[in-house]
Amino acid sequence: MLDKHGIAKRIAQELEDGWYVNLGIGIPTLVANYIPNGIDVTLQSENGLLGMGPFPKDSEVDADLINAGKQTITTMPGSVFFDSSDSFAMIRAGKVQLTVLGAMEVDQSGDIANWKIPGKMVKGMGGAMDLVASAENIIVAMMHTNRAGESKLLKKCTLPLTGVNCVKKIITNLAALDVIDGKFILKERAPGISIDEIKDATEGELVIEGDIPEMKI
Amino acid sequence: MKKVVKDAQEAIVGIESNMTLMLGGFGLCGIPEKCIEALSQKADISNLTCISNNAGVDDFGLGMLLKNRQIKKMISSYVGENAEFERQMLSGELEVELTPQGTLAEKCRAGGAGIPAFYTPAGYGTEIAEGKETRKYNGKDYILEESLVSDFSIVKAWKGDKKGNLVFKATARNFNPVMAMAGKITIAEVEHLVEPGELDPNEIHTPGIFVHRIFEGKNYEKRIEQRTISE
Repeated sequence: MLDKHGIAKRIAQELEDGWYVNLGIGIPTLVANYIPNGIDVTLQSENGLLGMGPFPKDSEVDADLINAGKQTITTMPGSVFFDSSDSFAMIRAGKVQLTVLGAMEVDQSGDIANWKIPGKMVKGMGGAMDLVASAENIIVAMMHTNRAGESKLLKKCTLPLTGVNCVKKIITNLAALDVIDGKFILKERAPGISIDEIKDATEGELVIEGDIPEMKI
Repeated sequence: MKKVVKDAQEAIVGIESNMTLMLGGFGLCGIPEKCIEALSQKADISNLTCISNNAGVDDFGLGMLLKNRQIKKMISSYVGENAEFERQMLSGELEVELTPQGTLAEKCRAGGAGIPAFYTPAGYGTEIAEGKETRKYNGKDYILEESLVSDFSIVKAWKGDKKGNLVFKATARNFNPVMAMAGKITIAEVEHLVEPGELDPNEIHTPGIFVHRIFEGKNYEKRIEQRTISE
């Protein structure tokens, strides 16, 4: 089984040289720590920065320089700032090649829910609806089941949706899956995880064809 | 026309109950903290509709106006940092229109650009799209979103000149330039107010035509929400 760092490491293998990438809050943020050598990616922060650098040293903290998670950050050589409409212009027009984000639920048609639990949690969608509606590649990073042990890979999402028909790849603590033609396609098993364990944890339709290799982390 | 005013108190003259305000900032970064403070001291101004990406925290930024019950309605994309906000929203005291962040930015930009509405894919197939016109272009589905303008837009810049030209710093730019465009009256508070000619025309972000009042704020607190440090 993968922990959240393992999920981030596996997602980092999907990065391609030259890509602009938006990483959501939580597990997706960790992907920045595992960018493979020789791969040059530029991180987009939707509050208005391309070229996000690591957290600052204590003496370098600047209240005017934060990421979309409101954390203090730094720039990199070649970084650029812009306003919120330019930021979403580049997202909407598909200039950002990859979005990685978390989810509460994903379903077999590629719908995703991650912004609201009616009556309980209403924090808002931030930029998530814009990102999932436009990114060429969307990878969902999440645990396969919720805290109650229930599957988060469903036939049909039950929570209010963030976007429809948009998720193409999911990396969980148990498996790597693609979403194609209304089905979850099992591609890889997490280390030490059996196909039966993945089946048990997946409510939606799961296609298992041929040999399913174990992930190389 | 003289745009320079003395301070935040003078800058907010004319803001009345029931008006619609836009307030720049992302989280607490780049918020017009001096004007918000001045508004919070005028408790008779109430029933405001505030368009702002976030709603501050409990004791700073727009949270101060929420605590005073000066806000009737918020139009925002994310409100997760404010317990009082969540309480007023869940109890129904506060009306909230949650709007995708990019749609919110474009509503302001378009409003400030004389464009009344636009199609965007964000929110198609979700509850955001309910009651809105949809249309397909090149096989992709879009929803029609209407633009926004404000009675007063209040923005924060790093530097400004007496003609209202503005330069923003780092990610404190965020919603400020597009909200400046969309105000019937736009107030800019700046950290450094300089004479015309002192800013390089090549490096101005917001042309002064969008700014009607400007003043230099003193002693900015610039509170940080998540102070993250590397060793």
